[in-house]
Amino acid sequence: MIKVSKNILILVSIVLLVFIYTYSFAETTEHFLKNTMKVLLIKDSQSPFASFQIWYKVGSKDEPVGKTGISHLLEHMMFKGTEKYGSKEFSNMIQRHGGTDNAFTTKDYTMYFQNISAKNLDIPINLESDRMTNLKLDEKEVISEREVVKEERRLRYEDDPQNKLYEDTIALSLMVSNYRNPIIGWMNDIASIQREDLYEHYKNYYSPENAFIIVAGDIDKDAILKRLDDTFGKIKKDANIKRIKTKEPEQNGERRIILKKEAELPYIFITYHAPNFPHKDSYALEVLSSILSSGKSSRLYKSLVYEKKVALNVFASYSGFYQNPFLFILGGTPNMSFSANDLEKAILDEIRQIKDTLVSENELEKAKNQIESSFILAQDSAHMKALYTGIFEILGDWRMKDRYLEGIRAVKIEDIRYVAKKYLDDDKKTVGILIPTKRDKGDRKE
Amino acid sequence: MTERNNLLGLILLFVLVLTSLTLCNSNLAEAIQYKKTVFSNGLTLLHVERKSIPAVMVNILIEASPLQEPAEMAGLANLTAKTITDGTKTLTSKEINEIVDSMGTSLTTSVSYDYTTISLTTLKKNINRSLDILSKVLLDPSFDNSEIERKKQIIIGSLRQSHEEPSFLINKEFRSIIYGDFPYGRLIEGSSETISKIKREDIIKFYKTYYRPDKSIISVVGDITYDEAVQLIKKYLLSWSSESAPTDKTNKMGVSQINLKGFKIIDRDLTQANIIFGHLGIERQNEDFYAVSVLNYILGGGGFASRLMKTVRDDLGLTYGISSHFTTNKHKGLFSIEVQTKNESAGQVLREILKQIKDIQSNPVSDDELKDAKAFLVGSFPRRFETNRKIADFLPLIEFYRLGDDYIEKYEQYINSVTKEDIMRVAKKYLTQQDYTVVIAGKKELLKDVTPQQ
Repeated sequence: MIKVSKNILILVSIVLLVFIYTYSFAETTEHFLKNTMKVLLIKDSQSPFASFQIWYKVGSKDEPVGKTGISHLLEHMMFKGTEKYGSKEFSNMIQRHGGTDNAFTTKDYTMYFQNISAKNLDIPINLESDRMTNLKLDEKEVISEREVVKEERRLRYEDDPQNKLYEDTIALSLMVSNYRNPIIGWMNDIASIQREDLYEHYKNYYSPENAFIIVAGDIDKDAILKRLDDTFGKIKKDANIKRIKTKEPEQNGERRIILKKEAELPYIFITYHAPNFPHKDSYALEVLSSILSSGKSSRLYKSLVYEKKVALNVFASYSGFYQNPFLFILGGTPNMSFSANDLEKAILDEIRQIKDTLVSENELEKAKNQIESSFILAQDSAHMKALYTGIFEILGDWRMKDRYLEGIRAVKIEDIRYVAKKYLDDDKKTVGILIPTKRDKGDRKE
Repeated sequence: MTERNNLLGLILLFVLVLTSLTLCNSNLAEAIQYKKTVFSNGLTLLHVERKSIPAVMVNILIEASPLQEPAEMAGLANLTAKTITDGTKTLTSKEINEIVDSMGTSLTTSVSYDYTTISLTTLKKNINRSLDILSKVLLDPSFDNSEIERKKQIIIGSLRQSHEEPSFLINKEFRSIIYGDFPYGRLIEGSSETISKIKREDIIKFYKTYYRPDKSIISVVGDITYDEAVQLIKKYLLSWSSESAPTDKTNKMGVSQINLKGFKIIDRDLTQANIIFGHLGIERQNEDFYAVSVLNYILGGGGFASRLMKTVRDDLGLTYGISSHFTTNKHKGLFSIEVQTKNESAGQVLREILKQIKDIQSNPVSDDELKDAKAFLVGSFPRRFETNRKIADFLPLIEFYRLGDDYIEKYEQYINSVTKEDIMRVAKKYLTQQDYTVVIAGKKELLKDVTPQQ
């Protein structure tokens, strides 16, 4: 029994005795299970693998002070077994059928996926519906997995000077927003997370009304829907969703942070506050970041790497694909005879030019083509099609995916200068600089 | 110059297709039906039509690598590949970048220990203009001196930055210990010393000698028919010629060069010990390749299903990730296990690794392990053909490593014929608990019991 969705015009599929009212948009269709859980199905007959994805609307932004990293640790624990399936049996079963499974946690959501041939989709459906409610969270496993995550943190942050600088710069850029915390969590927070904390987090957020499913591939939609209704459709809605509301106050004056750490070369990040999608300015900001740093003909590469040789590498990055406002970020490595300050000046010069002079028609067109091309090229698999669809659903509506390129296409030359002036304001920036400390000199090659 | 080449191409147009065969593969028959064609200049085309997205992927594999460069000019193959896109006789580097970016196309080059690849990704609507640029870059590079100097500086700088990464450090040292002077023992990029020595003439000579159509394979995959692909190659790449066969300066691997044992600690202010353990492995054409694939899956290649992950991560909580690899090349590759753990646990992890190797050499793997490993390797094989890019990258390797035109069809059979006895046999033959090399980057004073027992 599937709940009526939107559009009655495309009411075509009547299967068995179950009425399925379907809203169709491109090859994607939206459905609701009998407990109202949302399902998106994407027919992609080219793909040798199907992708099953379950998206839980919980991420690092939902974490209380002192327990950062709990969403990510819970994601790890989801592989540690239920009463029915022992620890790691889940992954083993998928792999045995030639599939792969994994999961990742972001600021906004936690996503689990299995890529497997369409005829074996029953396996992830059974496994995922089981672990949505029956997770064991064994005490001993929690202790061991906490250590695993601490190792992950050492690997990705403590021992990686650029990532550590990134983490510090973000935390300084955002003083209030719950986006300021790293997804993996601060070391002491990870260490403090207990079984009870995880259980509460799980109970609060892992429930049909706080999740949706996407299945993409060469699938039989009716059969899949029936299976989903028989499994996920029977799960009771009992979430206790708490959303932490934060708002970053206006920044008045530059902030600056220095990290001294063993490294070979300095590094620099510059961040500015920026709105999130679908704010009207987010399209122009995306085009701007492309003009600045997409490809070797982009402004930053051409000027700083190629001509002035002040940078070894340099980037500008903006993504509006967040539920709350985040940042426009620039960064790079100074070339060997230059300092981080030289590179900072050079980057800021480029930003000043964008604010002073309109970009050319050519540059604008080129940036739009690059965005369009990479948007299309990225979606060459069932997994990636589903991923892009899910990202837009997290932002409010998966249908926005099909309108996204229109928004990019509509950006005008004046919009670029407008957003540059509005957001890339010197008094609203945060600068992070890595100063390498050296061991003993002399024994090093290169 | 280019126009003349095109004209030449038109004249030769009708004599060209020497062989053409369709390869049908039982399992992946629908997805991957590739056609193979050899053109009159010796260039081999592999083509698959696939309309998943309106795009075309091209990959050119050229037999030019560190194997062909003199030791004192290590990095020559890489520098040649990295500067080939930096200007032609008619276009400057900036102009090329401008044209490529304006289409949203990507044109990149990379070098591995055995070959160079030039890779093009473009929307279908831009395929002609994209191939035009590719052809100019490949056939008419100017190797301008100022561009070379600029590239050298970037490569040297990036190399230096790479030395921040513990994984880079241990892999570099590991290779260098095991291979010694053999080209696999150095970095593909070379070193700042050798890069500085490379001159424009060296690059031109290397390019003229080794960038040859008869030593190259091109794959064209995506929203494009076979006939379209053939016409495009004729138009843009048929004038690619090579004067004469190169004097073969390819390095051969001498057994005496190879070191059996080594141990090194790289002292760094790190919270984790980054460990690499291993020794010489096998070449791609080794007949035991498939048994070794199954062995490696069970030991440490199978992610969460592998023995190393189960013990070191799941049971002991000592690492975020541990994995084993057999990298197979034209010559013998490496067997390695890589793992990161807090400094204090390094010794314990090393002992666990040796225990697991001993176990898999002394006891047959279980029925379930064998069954699961085969199921994964066979079942996941189609994933190598999941996207146009993956297909375009993979097909030339089938040709380059001479895996056979029926490789895709036969793969399942190769894997399924592996027995438990095979696994124990290859574990004894290609793994060792004695003659191995260990390199650790970590905080020396905190590492305990890591020196191998002699």
